[in-house]
Amino acid sequence: MVAAIARDDAVRGSTLTLREVSHRFDLEGQPLPVLDRISLQVGRGEFVALLGPSGCGKSTLLRLVAGLDTPTAGALLTEGREIEAPDPSRVVVFQDPTLYPWRTVWSNVALGLEARGLLRTHRGRIEDALRLVGLTGFANAYPHQLSGGMAQRAALARALVNDPKLLILDEPLGQLDSLTRIAMQAELVSLWQRSSFTALLVTHDVEEALLLAGRVIVLSDRPARIKAEVVNSQPYPRHRGNPHFVELRRELFEHLGLDEAW
Amino acid sequence: MVAALTAFWPDRPESDWAYTDGFAIACGALALALALAVFAAVRFVAFRSFQRLSPWLFALALFLAAWEAVTAKLGLLPLPFFPPPQAIVEVAIDDWGRLAEGVFASARLLATGYFLGAAIGFVTGVAIGWSQRAGYWIHPVLRFIGPLPATAWLPLAFFVFPSSFSASIFLIALATGFPVTVLTWSGVAGVKSAYYDIARTLGATQRFLVFKVAIPAAMPHVFVGLFMGLGNSFAVLVVAEMLGVKAGLGWYLQWAQGWAAYANMYAALLLMAFLCSGLITLLFRLRDRLLSWQKGLVRW
Repeated sequence: MVAAIARDDAVRGSTLTLREVSHRFDLEGQPLPVLDRISLQVGRGEFVALLGPSGCGKSTLLRLVAGLDTPTAGALLTEGREIEAPDPSRVVVFQDPTLYPWRTVWSNVALGLEARGLLRTHRGRIEDALRLVGLTGFANAYPHQLSGGMAQRAALARALVNDPKLLILDEPLGQLDSLTRIAMQAELVSLWQRSSFTALLVTHDVEEALLLAGRVIVLSDRPARIKAEVVNSQPYPRHRGNPHFVELRRELFEHLGLDEAW
Repeated sequence: MVAALTAFWPDRPESDWAYTDGFAIACGALALALALAVFAAVRFVAFRSFQRLSPWLFALALFLAAWEAVTAKLGLLPLPFFPPPQAIVEVAIDDWGRLAEGVFASARLLATGYFLGAAIGFVTGVAIGWSQRAGYWIHPVLRFIGPLPATAWLPLAFFVFPSSFSASIFLIALATGFPVTVLTWSGVAGVKSAYYDIARTLGATQRFLVFKVAIPAAMPHVFVGLFMGLGNSFAVLVVAEMLGVKAGLGWYLQWAQGWAAYANMYAALLLMAFLCSGLITLLFRLRDRLLSWQKGLVRW
């Protein structure tokens, strides 16, 4: 556990393997399939985006990766070992920041360390994480005093303080206004470049997927299947107006069945 | 406003002069002090709070004057039942020993019963909110026994328990425990599942989930339960003291009525009102301290 938090690992990202993962919910006795034999291989330190229409089961997939639920069929592995339960090396940033309203920003960020009994030895990391997301002056503020963007940044700090090997991002910027969103996209990239964790992003925003990820996986409507895979090897920071970027965007829209608009 | 007050205030003692000297002098002195304070408020910031209070003080003075008028002066209300204000002052001065004893006895009973009931109710509420099995066994019992007013247990409690004191503690604890249990339970059961998801992905143990997530998130509900429990406990306290315990303010009320000492009764009632509202205020203060994080979220 302590090793997981050490900063000097050369490559700290972990691998992720999905083998024929299927999942269904039981809706009043009626089985509702959400995921259909999804297989995926994510390498160490890779940034992969899952792109699909809303309600297609992307978030379910992330819950399985986090270990919050277990799949109906198939297997999920990280570093060759099966994912059975949540683990602080795989941290989720949800669409809703869900900060605890009764805790200050500081103690919200401290949550993971406190839960694992590492607060006393790793206290300094909280300040570091707050600085990383630019919330240094807000350590003693309560969540209701923060704007939407600040709350989401606090949620990001709460995840980063645990030094995750796999950061799971469930539309983390979905509720932000477009200006904050653009700024946060750039911040996410630079955080990922500096810390070199593996990142798995769920989004329904084509541009966001292309700006952040090295590989974009397109999912179909429910039950979600992998429809296509688009590799974007452009260097960061990426520009929306770049001809190659525009070309990739057109390609993705086509996969999503929206090509008439373009 | 200050000018109007100073113009009106000295008027009051004059109408009182003809009556019981001590009371009138006290009223006059108080009025004078208040009038002085109002003057001082113009000059000194420390007396400013009087300005906010002055309409109430003025109304209170009018009420006292009216009371004085219809009882002692005009004799409009039948006498043993409605004594003039100075009779209550007299009781407070002459019988303070017995009243203090009553306050002490009541406080001891109430505190023991309330804390016991609140603690048991809180633990039970968390247990059924958290554990399915605890809910399976405790919930039906709660459903069946809970709505029964605690006072209905009175006859049973007084012969099952060795002393009327312990019986009353049981009744007060019961009256407090039920709302605390139900509200703690609903508070714990109503915690957003996203809060648990967050903590679980960050490596939280079951213990952490109960003590650091479920309980803090349920606290606003718990306090509603504590307020309801406190109200219930007052009711049961007075009934228990009237019917079984031979001490306390409830008993004093009964005793005073038995002797047709209505002034004593009013004095005890007044004292009781002060104590109950004082305790409620205390609980409010505690809530404000513990739940100050709610300030920006709800109408405070």
